[in-house]
Amino acid sequence: MKKWANITTKLTTWGAIAMLLAGCSTAKSNGSSQGNTAGKTIKIGVNMELSGSAAGYGEQEKQGIQLAVNQINQQGGIKVGNTKKKVQLVIRDNKTSNTTSASVAAQLVNNDKVVAVVGPAATNAGTAAIPNMTKAAVPSVSPSATDPGYTLQKSGKVQPYIFRACYQNNFQGSSAATFVTKTLKAKRVAILTDNSSDYGTGLTKAFKKAYTGTVASSQTFQEGDKDFNAILTALKHKKIDAIYAPGYYSELGLIIKQARQAGIKVPIVGSDGMADAKLAKIAGNSNANNVYYTTPFSTKSGTTNTTAAKFLKAFKAKYHTTAPTFSALAYDSVYMIKAAIEKEDSANSVKIANGLASLKNFKGVTGTITMNKQHNPEKSIVVEKLTNGIVKQTYNVK
Amino acid sequence: MQTIGQQLINGLSLGSIYALLALGYTMVYGIIKLINFAHGDIYMLGAFWGYYVINVLHFSFIAAMLSAMLFCALVGVIIEYCAYRPLRHSPRITALITAIGVSFLLENGMSYLFTANTRSFPQVIKTVTYHLGSLQISNVQLLILGTACGLMLLLELIIKKTTMGKAMRAVAVDPTAAQLVGINLNHTISFTFALGSAMAGAAGVLIGLYYNSIDPLMGMTPGIKAFVAAVIGGIGSVPGASLGGFIIGILETAVQAIGLSAYKDAVVYLVLIVILLVMPAGIFGKNVKEKV
Repeated sequence: MKKWANITTKLTTWGAIAMLLAGCSTAKSNGSSQGNTAGKTIKIGVNMELSGSAAGYGEQEKQGIQLAVNQINQQGGIKVGNTKKKVQLVIRDNKTSNTTSASVAAQLVNNDKVVAVVGPAATNAGTAAIPNMTKAAVPSVSPSATDPGYTLQKSGKVQPYIFRACYQNNFQGSSAATFVTKTLKAKRVAILTDNSSDYGTGLTKAFKKAYTGTVASSQTFQEGDKDFNAILTALKHKKIDAIYAPGYYSELGLIIKQARQAGIKVPIVGSDGMADAKLAKIAGNSNANNVYYTTPFSTKSGTTNTTAAKFLKAFKAKYHTTAPTFSALAYDSVYMIKAAIEKEDSANSVKIANGLASLKNFKGVTGTITMNKQHNPEKSIVVEKLTNGIVKQTYNVK
Repeated sequence: MQTIGQQLINGLSLGSIYALLALGYTMVYGIIKLINFAHGDIYMLGAFWGYYVINVLHFSFIAAMLSAMLFCALVGVIIEYCAYRPLRHSPRITALITAIGVSFLLENGMSYLFTANTRSFPQVIKTVTYHLGSLQISNVQLLILGTACGLMLLLELIIKKTTMGKAMRAVAVDPTAAQLVGINLNHTISFTFALGSAMAGAAGVLIGLYYNSIDPLMGMTPGIKAFVAAVIGGIGSVPGASLGGFIIGILETAVQAIGLSAYKDAVVYLVLIVILLVMPAGIFGKNVKEKV
């Protein structure tokens, strides 16, 4: 028995050492010529949350990425110099874990020699990947990391290799505040925040800063919560004109359902994490009334934006469902990398970063994008209104 | 006053779900002294089974719930047979870690096979809200409360009045002595797992219908809360688990009602710590001295 215990201890020790060493694998500098350069194919890495708590969003982004790459390859690939090169995807799962995200980044840039990376989906995992990306001088475009500080260094200078395709929180939160004040004319709001993500807390902070009315009540919930009856019953007896609830569709759907069932009829305003057809399914169509959310990408935008119309059609044909926002943003991320390669006429990772930084008037699914100095895409914002679970109306926010 | 009544209804419907789950923890612990961490995931499997049979095979709600209970009972027995039975004579910590492993296997296996997306549960029963004065209660809430109380009574009857129940109680007291008087240990333990898992299956379908949203990781948090409920009630005690479930449900609701939603989980665990300090065996637990 004792001998066995000894062996077990030894095994655990070695296991722990092996794990430590694995954690240590960081990016190596590539000597004189900076960054990775494409060979016969252009390798694009995907550092994505495919399992763990954010897997739902990661899976949708993966679909958008694969659709974009399929389309590019069907048209022969990306033109570099005189030849067209096909795109090869290297998809790796970061398990919604910060440490795994860092080692996935190292693997992608060192072993797989990718020239650009799409992902990660969440700010936390994305921030963990930054040191390895920067060391290897390979750019990454996150479809959905919204924290304002994500693309910035501690000193406030921009991270040279880190980009995103979505809004940052300050812009979206203050736009929602403007909409609530000017269009809904709400003087008293209640705020329900998803405080388990930087996304929810960041938006709330920005909203509170820009909102001029009274915040009657500020409550929080966590990702995965299913019962909001207690909070809503307490809100019912407060005098409020609207509820601002930044978060994702999985929880917001339930909040809308339970609020309407409890008899709360005021407008519920949210963010682009709600822009998913599943929201109305979870809430129930009869409950999804008087619901608004800020979004870069509207399923109605097909009528005015031809890129979006094509994307919506192709997505429906491939996956038999309406494209969610996360897929649209991921799709744009791939095409932004393509535009950068074509612009610089080079598939070297440093050149791609330069191309991304100077991206101008890029026609994407989620709007016409110009990259600003802080590597945030500048694009217009719309507010969609749900009536009986269907988007009936969109508003522009000025 | 109206708000308090309404919040009580909210707390009771939340609590009945925790109670149903806590029963599984407490029964398994009572018999083989194992904290079955995979229990919350069996509840998730029950919800997915309900989702599948209602959507694809067009079962009615009752049929879906009964079949989910059967399915989960089967899963519970298989898990016990494959994962815990070979470890019956190993140290307790080995079985505990295996339970965590099984839990991870079920969660990630389901995410891998069926994707981690949140799904909306088919609404086979239309929600009708009744107004009692200023109070509101929906038919689904009544259904949850009714089913939970019914199942708990049934369980109490099985344990107290049937031969199998007697065998379970005997094994809980002393497995070796129970074997000596002719009780089949393996059958009794399998039966316990089947019973506990069936409760979890029922809870899964009820939750699916009530909240209309299911995903492969849905069992994690309720699983831990139900475990806390079982400990507060006195782990090993069936009435204790029911009471513990209701206490947690009402407590969580009360904390949110007074506007401290950010601290609702903290308060639950704080109460756990306080109760364990004052009554180490839980409310209904017996303080048994172990002879070394």
